[in-house]
Parts: sequence; structure tokens; C-alpha cells
Amino acid sequence: MIIHDQKVRRLEKLANSIRRDIIAMLVKAGSGHSAGPLDMADVFTALYFHILHHRPKQPQLEGRDRLVLSCGHICPVRYAAMARAGYFPLKTLSTLRKLGSPLQGHPELHKLRAVENTSGPLAQGTSVAVGMALAGKMDNKKWRVYGVLSDGEHQEGQTWEAVMFAGNKGLNNLTFLVDRNNIQIDGMTEEVMPLEPFADKYRAFNWHVIEIDGHNIREIVDACEQAKRIYEKPTVIICHTIPGRGVEFMEKKYEWHGIPPNEEQAQEALRDLRTLRGKIISEHE
Amino acid sequence: MPSHSTHLNPHLFSSDVEQIPTRNGYGDGLLMLGESNPDVVVLTGDLAESTRVLEFGKKYPERFVECGVAEQNMAGIAAGLALAGKIPFISSYAVFSPGRNWDQIRVSTCLNNANVKIVGAHAGISVGPDGATHQALEDIAIMRVLPHMVVVVPCDYQETMKATFEAAACIGPFYFRFAREKTPCITTLKTPFKVGRAEIFRKGKNVSIIACGPLVYQSLVAAEELAKSGIDCEVINNHTIKPLDEKTLLASVRKTKAVVTVEEHQIMAGAGSAVCELLCKKYPVPVEMVGMNDSYGESGKPSELLEKYGMSVKAIKTAVKKVLRRA
Repeated sequence: MIIHDQKVRRLEKLANSIRRDIIAMLVKAGSGHSAGPLDMADVFTALYFHILHHRPKQPQLEGRDRLVLSCGHICPVRYAAMARAGYFPLKTLSTLRKLGSPLQGHPELHKLRAVENTSGPLAQGTSVAVGMALAGKMDNKKWRVYGVLSDGEHQEGQTWEAVMFAGNKGLNNLTFLVDRNNIQIDGMTEEVMPLEPFADKYRAFNWHVIEIDGHNIREIVDACEQAKRIYEKPTVIICHTIPGRGVEFMEKKYEWHGIPPNEEQAQEALRDLRTLRGKIISEHE
Repeated sequence: MPSHSTHLNPHLFSSDVEQIPTRNGYGDGLLMLGESNPDVVVLTGDLAESTRVLEFGKKYPERFVECGVAEQNMAGIAAGLALAGKIPFISSYAVFSPGRNWDQIRVSTCLNNANVKIVGAHAGISVGPDGATHQALEDIAIMRVLPHMVVVVPCDYQETMKATFEAAACIGPFYFRFAREKTPCITTLKTPFKVGRAEIFRKGKNVSIIACGPLVYQSLVAAEELAKSGIDCEVINNHTIKPLDEKTLLASVRKTKAVVTVEEHQIMAGAGSAVCELLCKKYPVPVEMVGMNDSYGESGKPSELLEKYGMSVKAIKTAVKKVLRRA
């Protein structure tokens, strides 16, 4: 489905709102991950507000596309996007990581059915997504499976087991979106355990590879559209992102991978995001 | 004379008792399931023949998934299939699945409460010549500790076939294990089998032998031999380790007031431990435990290994006599 300029502009602003939701959630929760959720806000906005076939009021809709988040730790971005899409009230976001909340620190299927899978231990969602895509193929279903992965989880052997399997089976109903933000808990991925040549690895496993700017709504949408037209193999969209995107003091700093802002830092982050919003609006005018 | 259940193989104690590997019961059960249940999907990790799923694969190729040597991925794929409505059976050796993919089973299967059936072949020390690496003696422990998981250890060919049917019928995570070598046919088509219900295979009043797996046979033989010296053992086929049939077990123990547990698994945290957890809360009595005593196995013939590592008829008889001295 093509996307018009006006909608791109609307989604860019929406992504900015989701980033502000994330900051508010994290500071309230007092723990959680900052960099990944912020840098994947554009991808999740594009997914929930343009790409996915879904109905927020009918999360178990049989024909829905399945969105499997493998790197469960970035769930605040998914929760915020889901709330804004209408899966649950926005005020629920403030319960993140609190006792009894449907918004667990890492997403859990039986607390929130619409998340499709429980994830956190890295790489597990990759195989689950592949299994769902396989089930869809067995029954000739039209729905697609989208897997969201971190770059760091490509250090897990299981990820490559799943990639090898999907390439072998030619699962063209499966699209992975990888958050290539180059950071992980202990440092830069290329220093901790290099992943490059990253795209070549996927190609070697018989995947179609698309590399995009993960903050460009139009590129995200176009890549997902292109993936639908690749008939012989699964597609991976390597989304090049800036960790902590939108919050200057967090950007490109691996130290912000796994911690939340404090109250003061949150105020500064929200100021940055307001500035970014201003830029988005002025760029389009 | 107290005798064994009328539903058991009448030739149970003859020297030429029919013997079939329990894994064949899985293969044959799957073939029938394939026909009756279109949602059943079978996965294997490069072990189609030895886990006896090859025939299913030939008959139902569209529902057969060869995963290659990648058990973690196989477990995850199974969870994905289950979340999309299928009933996947993942088939490998117990040392690899659930041995190697425990984290995937914990999160993708159990925490999701996904309808995945984990099938551990070549379980126990009786795998024999392959040696310690391939002898799964920890699988019951690591499966029963997981919330939502059902754990079943069938005693022979027929019971493995019935367990295969029941696995498909139960909704949720389900683990069952079986052995490589031929073992005596204890049960028949008519022997009752229901998940969560222990079966009394021999009535007795002095000691309750609570056993699972092919060692139920050794337990019955031990009971027969002990009867000659006036010790009257009740032998319970406790095939479901979780959820435990508290009612049957407690009724037996209230009568006998002495217990011997028997399993082809580490004593620590296994089937016997599950029984002890029940007894210490509800009806504490002396217990002796027959199983692997915190060590690894080695290569050898199954009978030699059971003898050396204390899981033979002789070991069970010794345990019965010991527990009676404590009772």
C-alpha cells in the first residue's frame, strides 16, 4: 500500500509522540531500556499505522498479520504504539513494570494477548516467527509475519538456526526488521562481537536483503511493500538507526541501552523531543 | 496369592516375554494420530529414523518438518506453530531436547503456554553403548520444574502409543520420554491409561514400589521374587510425574507405610523426588530411592549398566528390604 506525503508527515509526528510516551513510561517505571525503544519508534509507527493488517479492537482476528517482537526488552515502544493504535487506553502505559500490569518488563503473551509471543531471552522470537510463518504456509493463509529483531541478538546461535531454516524453506510470508543501531549492553557491537558483513550473512542464507534508514517512514513502508513482492525467499530489512534517536544526550551512546532516565534527564529528553517535533513540522512546511 | 492386574500381559513373567522398544509406540501412535487429527505436525532434528517419525514423514510430508541439527530453533518453531493453531511434536533425543533447548521450552513453550509436545527419545541409561553423553538422566527434573508442563514416562510400547494420543488430546505443554532398546511388553491394549492417574499393577500390603518407565517391569519381577520370601509389594505404574496422582499414591502408602521409588533418571529432582515432595507434606514414611546416584553413565550393554549403576531387579529388592527395616 503506497503512502502519501501527508500521511508520512502525520506518522513522523506520531512517532515523536510515541518517543515522548516512552520517556514518560521509563521514568515512571524506574527501570527499563531507553536507546532501543527510542530508535525503533519510526518502525513501530509505520508498522501499526500503515503496514500491518490488524484490528486493535479485535486482537485475535484470524487473518491479522503477526508482529513478533524478538528483542523483548524494547517493548515500551511496542506498548506505546499499541496504545496509540487503540489496543488499550493510553493511561495503561504508566503501569509499565508495575505489579499486576499487562505491560510486563518483557512482553508476556498471557498478560497481553495482542503481543503474539512472550519474549526477552534473545533470539527466541526469531524461531517463533519462523514457526508462525510456516503454519501460515501450511494452511495457505494470506497473513504475513513480521519479526522485529535487535542487531545484538544476532550473536545468538539460535538466530542463525532460524535464519537458515527460513531461507531453506523460502518463507516469503516472513519479513524481519532488524534494529541495526550498533550498540549492545557492553559496548558497540563491532567491538563486543562484530556482526559485519551483516547483510552478506543474510544473503548467504538465501534471504532478500533491503537496507534502509530506519528513521525514514517512507523507506520503511516501501521496504515492507517490496518484501511482499519477493516470492522465492524471506526478506530482511536492515533498519539503520541511531540509538536513543531524538534525545541528544542518549544518541549513539551504548550506556543508554539498558537504563531509564531519571526525572531531570526525562525533562531534558522531552525538551529535545519537542524540538524534534518542531523540526518535523517546519521541514514539511 | 496377590496378583497383578488382569489387564496386564498374561505372559509377563515368562522367559520369552515379547519385547518391543517403547519408541516404536511413538512412531505407530503418530501414524494413527496423523490420520485422525489434521493439526498434528511432527518435527525432528535430523533424527527421523531413530525417533521413529520417518513413517509419519513419508505418509504426511506436508505436516512433517525436518529442522536439521538445531534443537533450539526446533523448539521455537514448534511454539510458533502452536500459537498459530497446530499441535507440534518435537522429536529428538532427550539429551538434546529438552536437554539443549531448555530455555526455549521454558519461555517460548511454557511461559506462552503453547500447545507443544516435547518427545525425548533414548532416555535413561539403557541407551547403552552410546555412553554418558547420550544417556538422558536429568530430563524429568528439568521438565517437571516448569509451570504448565505435563510430564509422562510410559512403561512400554502400548503405553507409549497411548501417551502419544493423550499428548495430542491434552491442551498445553507436554513432555514424554522413552527408551531406545527393546523392553518387555507389560501392558495390553486393554490396560487403562489416563494422564494423571497412576495404575496399581500389583496389589500388596508391605511396601509401595512407585515406578515409572520400563523399570516398572524390573519392579514387578522384584515384587514376584520378594513374594517368595513373604514380602508383599504393591507395584504402582506412576507414569505421570506431573501432575502427580496424589490420591492413588497416598491411598497405597497409608496402607503399606513404606515406599521404594524406581526410575531410570537421577535420584535428585526426578520422579522419586516428586513422590517425596508429596509424602513429606501429606504422609511422611520411610522412602528408599532407586535411580542414578549423582553420577554419569558410560558405554555398556543396557543390562550391564542397570546392574552397575543400581537400577536392576537386585537393587530394587535390596531397597525394599532396607526400607522395611526402617519402617
